[in-house]
Amino acid sequence: MARPHPNGPKPAQITAGRIGLYAFLFVAALFFLLPLYTMIVTSLKTMDEIRLGHIFALPETLGLSAWVTAWSGACMGTVCGGIRIGFWNSVAITVPSVALSVFIGAVNGYALSLWRPRGASVLFGLLMAGGLIPYQIFLYPMVRAMANISLYNSLAGIILVHVIFGLPLVTLLFRNYFVSVPEELCKAARVDGAGFWRIFFEIMLPMAVPMIVVVSMLQFTGIWNDFLLGLVFAGRDNLPMTVQLNNIVNTTMGERTYNVNMAATILTAIVPLAIYFLSGRWFVRGITAGAVKG
Amino acid sequence: MHTKRKRNFSVTLALLPTWFAAVVIYIGTMFWSIRLSFTDSTLFPSSNYVGFAQYVKLFHSAKWLASLQNVLIFGVLYVSSCLVLGFLLAAALDRKIRFESAFRSIFLYPYAMSFVVTGLIWQWMLNPTLGIQASVRSLGWETFVLDWVVNRNMAIYALVLAGVWQGAGLVMVIALAGMRGIEAEQWKAARIDGIPVWRIYVSIILPQLGPALAAAGMLLAMGVIKTYDIVVAMTNGGPGNSTEVPAKFIMDNLFGRQNLGLATAGATMLVLGVILAVAPFRYAMYMRNNRAKGAA
Repeated sequence: MARPHPNGPKPAQITAGRIGLYAFLFVAALFFLLPLYTMIVTSLKTMDEIRLGHIFALPETLGLSAWVTAWSGACMGTVCGGIRIGFWNSVAITVPSVALSVFIGAVNGYALSLWRPRGASVLFGLLMAGGLIPYQIFLYPMVRAMANISLYNSLAGIILVHVIFGLPLVTLLFRNYFVSVPEELCKAARVDGAGFWRIFFEIMLPMAVPMIVVVSMLQFTGIWNDFLLGLVFAGRDNLPMTVQLNNIVNTTMGERTYNVNMAATILTAIVPLAIYFLSGRWFVRGITAGAVKG
Repeated sequence: MHTKRKRNFSVTLALLPTWFAAVVIYIGTMFWSIRLSFTDSTLFPSSNYVGFAQYVKLFHSAKWLASLQNVLIFGVLYVSSCLVLGFLLAAALDRKIRFESAFRSIFLYPYAMSFVVTGLIWQWMLNPTLGIQASVRSLGWETFVLDWVVNRNMAIYALVLAGVWQGAGLVMVIALAGMRGIEAEQWKAARIDGIPVWRIYVSIILPQLGPALAAAGMLLAMGVIKTYDIVVAMTNGGPGNSTEVPAKFIMDNLFGRQNLGLATAGATMLVLGVILAVAPFRYAMYMRNNRAKGAA
């Protein structure tokens, strides 16, 4: 991070190379933006307009009726309550899952890096290995175990599952953060008589606010975007938005209402997109930290 | 002495839930599943051991074999395309261009979306009767064909296309971060020697980004083994078996077909696949670290 600025010669004169470079970037931008554009224009069209087969054409009139239907009237099977049911389910699942997993991750990272109790490296190794393993191998026994403690198909159950499977990533990120904290800080506090929890709440947690923000965003997007765990553990009454979206789009009877489908798709994507566009570099920091050190 | 014990007690207590999750849930349920794969369990778990019968059945299943082939094609094309496109985008953004942050946001935003959303968007774009194909034909190119999602020979490439659209941005940010960390001296020296810019990227920068790109590639490869949501949303495994993938095969047998033994055998193979994929990478890292230590 010595130089904040890019490499190469100063872009003073317009050369064929520069034109080619911008051409490449614009074509690439087109490729990445076209689906978003298509989604938005489709959601604003009427079905009559969609049937003409001009997927990239702008809508003739701006109508929000597909959005209203998607939010409050779209059907999954015979239930026509719209995607808002899934939206509120996802909020109810994601918020507590993020709060809990970030808290536990922070405690883990702090304990593993600054206290190094016996077995710390074993525990960390187990978590990292667990984070790599496909969920499919855990699913059936988890379902049985959750059923035994009456948490299968419940909100508390799906939250617990998200917290458990979030542990590897959150622990990794917080451990890497706290490893860079000077050990003297912790030692000095201990000499002054502060205990494990007091040091955590009064020194470490306030210091780790940037990391808390990064991890929360990462966990929020991850849990909001989850499909598999929600499908298996949440139960009919708590299905998250992604599962409901897939049901609305892929199990419709009769003619597919593409405008409603696209509106519902945008509504599902809007929360993580908002986090992404509002947080900018923080989000990038989170994914690169998770990727490179992992 | 007393306070020390008390302090250790707090640490132990704080880590207890995580120990429980790691040992009981990760290891415990994994061994439970592996054990089930050696039984003739169908709807309910049975303790009637049948040796490797489920594995034999698995590798005689056309669907499982098709899903292995599909995930291999998908994985190779998806990971390599993401790496190449991501590197090219990063190199282009590294050339002191205008609107850099706007471009970067555009290339990365799909990564924030769920696989379900990605699958549904591309299912719609590639819809043969109303999507891109229809649009291009209405412009006068009557024979234009883009029917990937409904064509059994092309459906897997439709998944690759959607996957690359979503994942290339990740490689781009990781590669760009690496490029920004390369020292200006190296650039100056190479420019003085008159080496063309593209050669600098290929021969000087690319090797230095090796570890970062390998990490990104590994992250994507792990995603490949877990591929499920995007297939369910986009093609649901069809047409025929052309986009079936192992993770979906397992889910279908676990919850749809009540074929517990076969599903857990498949899941065990998936775990083996992860170990085989990660082991060389970890080994290379370990050797690198050792060599670095030896040199120092």
